[in-house]
Amino acid sequence: MAESGKIDPMHQFAIEPLFGTDQLSLGGFNIAFTNSALYMVLAAIVLWIFVIGGMKRELVPGRWQMAVEYMTGFIKNLLIANVGEGGKKYIPYVFSLFMFILLANLLGLLPLGLVGLHPFTFTSHFTATGVLAIMSFSIVLIVGFAKHGFHFFSLFIPHGTPALMVAPLFLIELVSFMVRPFSLGLRLFVAMTAGHVLLKVLAGFVINSANASPALGLTVGTASFILMIGISALEMLVAVIQAYVFALLTSVYLNDAENLH
Amino acid sequence: MPQIAQIAETYSSQIFWLLLTFGFVFFVIGLGMVPKVQGTADARDAKISGDLDAAKAAFARADEAEADYRVRDAESRTAAQAMLAKAKSEAAKASEIKLAAADAEVATKIAAAEARIQAASTAALAEIETVAAEAARDMVARISGVEASDDAARNAVKAALAHG
Repeated sequence: MAESGKIDPMHQFAIEPLFGTDQLSLGGFNIAFTNSALYMVLAAIVLWIFVIGGMKRELVPGRWQMAVEYMTGFIKNLLIANVGEGGKKYIPYVFSLFMFILLANLLGLLPLGLVGLHPFTFTSHFTATGVLAIMSFSIVLIVGFAKHGFHFFSLFIPHGTPALMVAPLFLIELVSFMVRPFSLGLRLFVAMTAGHVLLKVLAGFVINSANASPALGLTVGTASFILMIGISALEMLVAVIQAYVFALLTSVYLNDAENLH
Repeated sequence: MPQIAQIAETYSSQIFWLLLTFGFVFFVIGLGMVPKVQGTADARDAKISGDLDAAKAAFARADEAEADYRVRDAESRTAAQAMLAKAKSEAAKASEIKLAAADAEVATKIAAAEARIQAASTAALAEIETVAAEAARDMVARISGVEASDDAARNAVKAALAHG
């Protein structure tokens, strides 16, 4: 990028095939096992280990079991609050979604660079968040049409709409409905990308200013470093909030499918 | 931006591995394990509320038993008091009867004694009359030398005795 040139804040998002699998393909499509896929597998395994700790099924739970039950209870309450009692059947899906995104976000923030590894946040790729968003949107469509048939279209006509306004309002509501998967997927992708870029840019300031001169390193470098500490904390908050927003919006959309208005 | 620059080479791999890993997460963890975890939590909640209900029911039963006990206590108290009053009145009646019987006996004894005294005093008076009449006849014979008749002497004595 710049003349000092060694620090590219976008390089962290580069996908690289691992273990020489770059030519691995399935039905003509490349399915190389990349660093992104590695972090997907890691997130799944960490989540698996976490939930196994909650499988002791003791009447008086230990700390770990309590933590897992707290998370399932949290998702259950989220669904009951947004969808009602009928929302309980979506607990497995929303729990999987929330925990998978949460762990992906948090694993990508691990300071593994200190030991020479490159952490990767696959939720900063819209190819990944898009699949998750389309999945949630498809479930909303399938549930909506299976449950209400063509009556599901009444979702696009608010109660008490004057007859003259039905057609334009239907169009507007339809567009806002169709935008949902994009907003859902892009929100997560943008939030994660922006946070990671910001952290890398500030890290570049620290390194480049220290390389330029001790005076610059002590002033600009120290200030950037302190800012990085604060932004790292903020990023952890964002990691949790974005996972929560994804799960919350999914349950809000599920409410439309389940109960119409 | 690698997200856009690399999209042509990487989209299939990204989608494949995401579906694979999220499929594992959803089917194994979400469908296989989460309902069990949630079931444990629900069972615990049910047990806690069940125990609380049982405790409440036990409390209600204890209150009921106490009220029942109080009623029975009051009942047995009134029964005991009634029994006591009955026994008292019976005893009073019995002693009254006995007293009346004793009074009657005493009264007959007194009446008999009085009759005897009356008889004795009458007999004594009669004897005094006889003795006085004889003494009067003797006195008449000594003083006048006339032999007074028995009836006359007796009448004189009776008259003297009547005047006292």
